[in-house]
Amino acid sequence: MNYKIGIIGNRDAVLGFMALGFSVHEVSSVAEATKELHSMARSQEYGVIFLTEDYAARMEEETARYRDLPLPAIVSIPAPGGSSGYGMNNLRQAVERAVGADILFKNNETAQTENEERK
Amino acid sequence: MAEIRVNPTRMEMKSYQKRYQTARRGHKLLKDKRDELMRQFLDVVREDKALRERVEAALQQVYGGFTVAGAVSNPKMLQEALIYPKKEGSLEVDYRNLMSVNVPVFHLHVHAEGNSDHYNYGMAFTSGELDSALRALNGILEDLLRMAELEKTAQLLAEEIERTRRRVNALEYILMPQYLQIIRSIRMKLDENDRGNTTRLMKVKDMMLQAQMAQNAKAEEEDSDPA
Repeated sequence: MNYKIGIIGNRDAVLGFMALGFSVHEVSSVAEATKELHSMARSQEYGVIFLTEDYAARMEEETARYRDLPLPAIVSIPAPGGSSGYGMNNLRQAVERAVGADILFKNNETAQTENEERK
Repeated sequence: MAEIRVNPTRMEMKSYQKRYQTARRGHKLLKDKRDELMRQFLDVVREDKALRERVEAALQQVYGGFTVAGAVSNPKMLQEALIYPKKEGSLEVDYRNLMSVNVPVFHLHVHAEGNSDHYNYGMAFTSGELDSALRALNGILEDLLRMAELEKTAQLLAEEIERTRRRVNALEYILMPQYLQIIRSIRMKLDENDRGNTTRLMKVKDMMLQAQMAQNAKAEEEDSDPA
């Protein structure tokens, strides 16, 4: 089955993705973004939905609903003006959830990570 | 720990011993599963982390390019230039079974119209910055999808690991000790019964011996009496 790729975000963030053939949803408020997100997810036509970080950070609860479903994959990408680290933070949370401790971002010594793994 | 009342019989003990063995086997299997899941998970997360760093940096450049392009040309024109996609991307989703967790795998199919450069506008009214920004964006498209795939995989694996870990802990710290406790209490009860039985037998034997001795003594007395 073929899916669409969606992107939600501010106008200046999503404009370029139009040219790639993404299905672009331009929003200007969190409420709008939330509405778009849910209707896109419900339609089941989307495999991946990109969401800019400025919205994703304020839509934690909404995105959490789809976290444990295989589809759609909701991925936060940085908004223009720099990455806020929200995407990385998400990843760190996943690690914490799985391992019980943040072993990947605290330090980059792989040896120690390897040790934790063994336990 | 909540005490569970069971019949202190040999049969009951046998059945609990069997259950304990099953629990131990399950515990070992789940533990192995958890370790392997963890290994896969960390691989995924590491790759995702590197990819995200790269993509985020690249995206900033793309945004910068678009901002410049927006500044040097009319915003309306910019949107007009971009709004009609020359390529249509559709996403095919396969599922991969990773330690019995179904994770999606994304394949991008690009249907390009005509000759396939990725500029979907004429060169006359747009700036060069737009071209390069668009080219850069095109370049990270694959990475973006790979990142989506990895991130989803990481989330699904994290959930599975959490669940498996909980099961392992439940077996290790609740179920198995409980079974052991039950088995021990049955065994003690049985042993106690056994000891009770032995003492009773000894007592009975004692009584019988005494009765015998009394009888013997009486018989002796009777033997010696006429004389």
